[in-house]
Amino acid sequence: MAVVGAGAVAWPLLNSMEPAADTLAMSTTEIDVSNIPAGVGKTVMWQGKPVFVRHRTPEEIAEAQKADSATMVDPEKDSARVQKPEWLIVVGVCTHLGCVPVGETPTENRGEFGGWFCPCHGSQYDTSGRIRKGPAPKNLAVPPYKFVSDTQVRIG
Amino acid sequence: MVGLHHSEFKNPVIRWIDTRLPIFTLMQAEYGKFPTPKNFNSLWNFGAFATVMLVVMIITGIFLAMNYDPNTSHAFDSVEHIMRDVNFGWLLRYLHSNGASMFFAVVYIHTFRGLYYGSYKAPRELLWILGMVIFLLLMATAFLGYTLPWGQMSFWGATVITNLFSAIPFVGKAIVTWLWGGFSVDNPTLNRFFAFHFLLPFVICAVVFLHVWALHMTGSNNPTGVEPKTAADTVPFHPYYTAKDFLGVVIFMMVYAAFTFYFPNILGHPDNYIEGNPMVTPAHIVPEWYFLPFYAILRAVTWTITIPFTSIVLIEAKLGGVLAMFGSIAVLFALPWLDRNPVRSCNYRPVYQKFMWALVVIWILLGMAGGHAPDDHVMIFGTDLGFTWVVIAQLGMLYYFVHFLVVVPYLSKHEKTLPLPESIDADVQAKIAAKIAAIKGGNA
Repeated sequence: MAVVGAGAVAWPLLNSMEPAADTLAMSTTEIDVSNIPAGVGKTVMWQGKPVFVRHRTPEEIAEAQKADSATMVDPEKDSARVQKPEWLIVVGVCTHLGCVPVGETPTENRGEFGGWFCPCHGSQYDTSGRIRKGPAPKNLAVPPYKFVSDTQVRIG
Repeated sequence: MVGLHHSEFKNPVIRWIDTRLPIFTLMQAEYGKFPTPKNFNSLWNFGAFATVMLVVMIITGIFLAMNYDPNTSHAFDSVEHIMRDVNFGWLLRYLHSNGASMFFAVVYIHTFRGLYYGSYKAPRELLWILGMVIFLLLMATAFLGYTLPWGQMSFWGATVITNLFSAIPFVGKAIVTWLWGGFSVDNPTLNRFFAFHFLLPFVICAVVFLHVWALHMTGSNNPTGVEPKTAADTVPFHPYYTAKDFLGVVIFMMVYAAFTFYFPNILGHPDNYIEGNPMVTPAHIVPEWYFLPFYAILRAVTWTITIPFTSIVLIEAKLGGVLAMFGSIAVLFALPWLDRNPVRSCNYRPVYQKFMWALVVIWILLGMAGGHAPDDHVMIFGTDLGFTWVVIAQLGMLYYFVHFLVVVPYLSKHEKTLPLPESIDADVQAKIAAKIAAIKGGNA
């Protein structure tokens, strides 16, 4: 009984620390991808987190598909991670400890696999956003998104 | 009038109070007459320094809170407002930020004292464990406080550390969302961090009270590790150690003041004067210096543990790093049972003494590894040694765990220790005699 009572007192307190209703009210982000040149990514904000929208070149797509058979920490096919091969959309948060990897523009360090490089602890992602080297355990997450037209994407 | 206390005090006002609440008798017994080993060296000052720092941090913290605004859009500016506009705001903030460093420096030396002189051994196990609890609370408080100025290091430090909990299997992600109160470190996070940063120091006060209570039950250890036997081994706390502590605190305050007034930012990071930006990670995230050895251990685990001959992952590298980091503190909790050698002081344990100093060197090396990016090559005077800092971190971590889990239990049984002095007094007399002989020899 005492445990139930203590639990009943503790629950509202602990539960109050969960995301509030307004935070939960899923905000969606809509972006126009027509002005992103091939080979470059654009970072947009979604739910307080950066999302990478990367316009992949044919070479980058080929590289990602070729790597499907390579040994990986978190094996996943490139086709399962994109809706349209030229557009890779992933949450820009390193799955190790939450830093934002660099590599959106070709002048930045993209690591050995041409995708992104996390400056915090050296995780390296390929052109499909898959973890290939370093401490991160998972691939960059693919958020729910939809092409509402040829050039408009709604994330969330 | 059975329950009334028979006060020894002559002053009628003090006597009136003391009869009803014997607080003067208590202070007299615990800080006046309290018999204390007479052979303390300066390392025994650091408990007093830590107490002073706790008080300074609480006082400066409360006055800072009067001008600080825990809202993501105002926090950074409110700290600059404290620095530029609030009367003596710069002093309060620099005392508080440098005070954190002083507090950790003091606590590390205080803990080293306990390790070196075996202060954790029976009957002082609980005293040691309470000290470790204070250390954990102190680390939590420091981390929360570092988030508040909402600079780049604040924001990304908070992100990295809260993400440690995502390594917990199955429930990790849910726990992190709960800690954040959202989907990233944001306003709800800053608000609760401020609330807990305000609360925890008072929890520390309570545990410090228990720590001191436990100390006054067992009495202090001393450099010989031999318990006092007769009145000749001890002196009353006042005036002997009140005077020694007062002198020590004056010297300590000079060091603290030197940092606060002459090098107020030398222990900080320039990146924290850039407002926190969730879209850009600084090139090199480093915690404050006092967390660097733990940070090195966190990053040292770069391999995944799988079930042999399969690809089924048991422990991911990320979880492994987190476990190693918390494990490095957990072994300290277990220390009273890992080391059962009846000789306390390293002065009489010639083999363990060497390992003890090796531990200090390794701890400093781990700190250096924590301050470098893992891929940085180790350089000595411009010469590339051909390996990276993560290798140093891995070797350091290996030594750390071997020290506590292999060396300590082994030497606990097998070390040939030196003969202990008859008593504290005998040791002191022998040292005085040796000094006199040396002086006489020098004159001859």
